[in-house]
Amino acid sequence: MSDASRKGAELEHFVSSEPFDPQLIDHAVSPEQQKYYLASQWQLMWWKFTRHRLAVVSGVFLLVTYFSILISEFLAPYALHTRNVDFIFSPPQSVHVIHEGSFVGPFVYGTKYRLNMDNLQRVYTEDKSKIYRLRFFCSGDEYDFWGIGNSNKHLVCVEKGGTMFLLGTDRLGRDVLSRIIYGARISLTIGLIGVTLSFSLALLIGGLAGYYGGLVDLITQRVIEVIQSFPQIPLWMALSAVLPVSWSPLLIYFAITVILAMLDWTGLARAVRSKLLSLREEEYCLAAQLMGARPKRIIARHLLPGFMSHLIASATLSIPTIILGETALSFLGLGLRPPITSWGVLLNEAQNISVIALYPWLIMPVVPVVLVIIAFNFLGDGLRDAADPYK
Amino acid sequence: MVSYIFRRLLIMVPTLLAISMIVFIIIELPPGDYLESYVAELQAQGENVDPQHIEFLRENYGFGDPPVQRYLSWIGGMLQGDFGYSFEYRLPVTDVVGDRLFLTILVSMATILFTWMIAFPIGIYSATHQYSWGDYGLTFIGLLGLATPNFLLALILLYFANVYFGTSIGGLMDAEFIGKPWSLAKAISVLEHLWIPVVVIGTSGTAGMIRRLRANLLDELQKQYVTTAKAKGLAPFKALVKYPLRAALNFFISDIGNLLPSIISGAELVAVVMSLPTTGPILISALQSQDMYLAGSFLMFLATLTVVGVLISDLLLAWLDPRIRLMGANTK
Repeated sequence: MSDASRKGAELEHFVSSEPFDPQLIDHAVSPEQQKYYLASQWQLMWWKFTRHRLAVVSGVFLLVTYFSILISEFLAPYALHTRNVDFIFSPPQSVHVIHEGSFVGPFVYGTKYRLNMDNLQRVYTEDKSKIYRLRFFCSGDEYDFWGIGNSNKHLVCVEKGGTMFLLGTDRLGRDVLSRIIYGARISLTIGLIGVTLSFSLALLIGGLAGYYGGLVDLITQRVIEVIQSFPQIPLWMALSAVLPVSWSPLLIYFAITVILAMLDWTGLARAVRSKLLSLREEEYCLAAQLMGARPKRIIARHLLPGFMSHLIASATLSIPTIILGETALSFLGLGLRPPITSWGVLLNEAQNISVIALYPWLIMPVVPVVLVIIAFNFLGDGLRDAADPYK
Repeated sequence: MVSYIFRRLLIMVPTLLAISMIVFIIIELPPGDYLESYVAELQAQGENVDPQHIEFLRENYGFGDPPVQRYLSWIGGMLQGDFGYSFEYRLPVTDVVGDRLFLTILVSMATILFTWMIAFPIGIYSATHQYSWGDYGLTFIGLLGLATPNFLLALILLYFANVYFGTSIGGLMDAEFIGKPWSLAKAISVLEHLWIPVVVIGTSGTAGMIRRLRANLLDELQKQYVTTAKAKGLAPFKALVKYPLRAALNFFISDIGNLLPSIISGAELVAVVMSLPTTGPILISALQSQDMYLAGSFLMFLATLTVVGVLISDLLLAWLDPRIRLMGANTK
């Protein structure tokens, strides 16, 4: 209909003299419309999701980053703990392609090191006389690949004798870029594991409260209220501060994940509860009850699938909270501790202003954190819109 | 109204009790007794341990009593203004805290005001110009603000301030006022420094509030009474301000409950990065050295601040919106 173009114009008076045949109208369904009407709910969601460009881009970005943690060893130019004692706090080197007007392919210049005797500052300057070409699929630091076998292949490294610190080095001369690539492994998985935990907690507790109502509901509501009235980060800090120092890093990792999840389930549980409270009054639920289904079956089989898509969307939106929680805790030195390397642990070195002033490249781990968090927010936004495809 | 306030206060009591229990459990969590580790630490530092001092502490804080009794005396002490003893500073907690509580409240309040001042016009603009370029742009910026964690924003700001202005933007007052009693000059200096942390802490809250205000106002604008008002020829400005905006305004106040915990959380973190003299840095150093009484009091204080903030917002809301005031009364 072109209502807009006719706006203001006088409408013609029109009466068709042909007999009205209702059958005719039903046939006027184009193949596209037919496809739309016959599509399953998930199909519709997928279509709606793909229309949200930003969400799709974010989703692809996240898939790629999550895939990268499978092959961090290969992607990182150096191993996680390789120390280059001659290059402590070396600034980022840049990749060049053209040397004195002639094309050489990607290469880096050598670095000259001098100690400024006045303030004992290390000064690194580019040495234009030395050229080190970059090599792809080359041999570098040896690593153990997921216990399958040892290898020394890297995606990119530099000719023998040269160094390639694209994001500089830290106080022990470790390559910051490599450490960021390795840090993704911890930072990203902690988000997924944490959300899985808090999601299960929310389903269980919210499900019980919503289905049974009454006293169970009342107690759960009060507990959620109490937990929510704590400022989240200080409580996280307090809980992780009491973890015993003697625990192994792996145990600390899981403990931190559990702590993050333990305080994160409340919002989701509330959503589950309020949805269940209204859904359990539906007739199909009554029918299931009359046919003798147990509460467990009714909740899991009949009620939850009805709004699972919403829940997944909200769970996606709470992944960034958990990733940020870990980053904040480790940043303050209360969360994960070296040798475990996460983005927060890396940022811990950039805690004070003098470091930022002297070695600004140490705040580079901020970039992946912000990117991942923004991506999760967009993805969650897109999923939430898609979760209701009939709207 | 009076009965509403009374009921609301009554609900607060069990919440605060539950919070205090959780805090006490956290205080008790580290293995061993503080005094043992305290004495061990003193001896490790090669200091003399004054047995009288230890005995005084042991008696005063009832180590060796069953946990329930200790909890009761802890709570009782807090009600009388005795927040326990900081083992790190060897001072009563109240002496350590001093000005910092006040500054924390000041920063939080200023942040809430800032959030309101920014979110209000932008939210209204976004809702009235839905799907315009301005709306898209502001929504995008808002999403960025929502996603950027504020302590990282503080780090980045510190870096740029250092690169471009060569100054440090940390702190909450000029150096000469630190530790001095309050005066007009000090207050002015605080106000001059206040805006940077306020902007940093307020960004994500503002972005979230813009989104919620926009959604809320859009809901309100689609209601039939607005259509009726417009159809009857009410000026667009009046049709916006007179009713829908007032209805959306309620939400502004009820949103404090959402805003306050995140602002306080953010303030603690940003305070560490920007070295503000608020509770943040002390809380963290207390946690790092497992000085649990000090940490526990801070935690209790922050949670109470949140609960009281929510209470105030609820009361304001009840005062503004008769539906809330009367709803509870009818059912009881």
